Amino acid sequence: MFGMRVRVALAEKGIEYERREDNLANKSQFLLEMNPIHKKVPVLIHNKKPICESLIIVQYIEEVWKDKSPLLPSDPYQRAQARFWGDFIDKKVYESGTKIWTTKGEELEKAKKDFIESLKLLEGELGDEPYFGGEEFGYLDVALITFYSWFHAYETIGDFSIEQHCPKLMEWVKRCMERESVSKSLGDPHKICDFVLMLRKKYGIDQ
Amino acid sequence: MAEDLKLFRTWSSPYSLRIVHALKIKGLEYDTVLEDLSNKSESLLKYNPIHKKVPILVHNGKPICESLVILEYIDETWKQSPLLPQDPYEKAMARFWAKFGDEKVLLSIWSAFTSQGKEQEEAIATTANNLKFIEEQLKGKKFFGGETIGYLDLAFGWMANLISIFEEICNLKLVDAELYPLLSTWMDNFSNDPVIKELWPPRDRMVEKFKAMREPYLSKVIV
Repeated sequence: MFGMRVRVALAEKGIEYERREDNLANKSQFLLEMNPIHKKVPVLIHNKKPICESLIIVQYIEEVWKDKSPLLPSDPYQRAQARFWGDFIDKKVYESGTKIWTTKGEELEKAKKDFIESLKLLEGELGDEPYFGGEEFGYLDVALITFYSWFHAYETIGDFSIEQHCPKLMEWVKRCMERESVSKSLGDPHKICDFVLMLRKKYGIDQ
Repeated sequence: MAEDLKLFRTWSSPYSLRIVHALKIKGLEYDTVLEDLSNKSESLLKYNPIHKKVPILVHNGKPICESLVILEYIDETWKQSPLLPQDPYEKAMARFWAKFGDEKVLLSIWSAFTSQGKEQEEAIATTANNLKFIEEQLKGKKFFGGETIGYLDLAFGWMANLISIFEEICNLKLVDAELYPLLSTWMDNFSNDPVIKELWPPRDRMVEKFKAMREPYLSKVIV
């Protein structure tokens, strides 16, 4: 879901770029040179200089192409709030989401509970606004929407419905998916679900 | 005109220290609320209900949490003595290394401090690898921020404060001046900078505190 964030941000700004896929089970020499510290994607290379870590890349894109479709508000307090919640998503939502598909039994149930709690907090933060950015789609929307492509996998494995617990959040999802920048950048939820179920089987998590 | 600024912190939290130093560099006056994390105040819980942690900066009644987020807020609100570089690429690099410090370096050093035997050896090896990357970032610079202390120096400040304390308690060397000459020099320069030195928590209390924190890990049975 992290690479998708960069694609959404670039699409929002109407920036053209070259896309290179990498196989994380067999990382290319190029990737290892561009991100020797974490050896992960996404990596944005601009004028031959690499930038790593998805939310850092999104902020970079925002600052370089600042005149096109701003993703962050100009008020420092609102910017701080957006960064705070972005950090929350990276830590809490990602952690509990990952635990859902990598565990079973009691651990899985706890992960589900934590995941739903985190989404509820975010739903509260959204309030009655159309987007986390207020009237406009912004940084925090970018940070969270890409997790939607993993919702189907989490729901299948955890046997629960996110819509049941967070109906307002799902309305927000539908709204975001109407944006071409989002719908064209997100991964196929069914492919992701199949992939994750295959991994669970492979590592014997399901037994 | 004095700002309506309050900082919730503890006497020793390295994350809180980042904010103390940043506010000093910016020349800002504020009220301090010292917290006891074993007995958190209602205000702390009100201002940071999500993480229930320090530091919290409250400006005009509005709370900002998470130390690196607070640093950026301070830098964007008060433009004097800038902490972050202006150039977007340099800014991205500063953010990247700060995140690396908090997520990888701190973890490996804490692990080296609290573990024993083989686990400790592995943690020390991981730390060595991590420190090599940081050493490289100091090439040609006095501080990570260049000539003056900046965002990344404040983010890494815990290293200048805590590493020698951990080394003393464990009787091991994590930052050998021969292997990491730039980092060692930076740690000295940072610690001795008048702004930083004035606000350093008392060393003997820190040693006592971290010795006590290490105790439960020592009594763990190693299988």
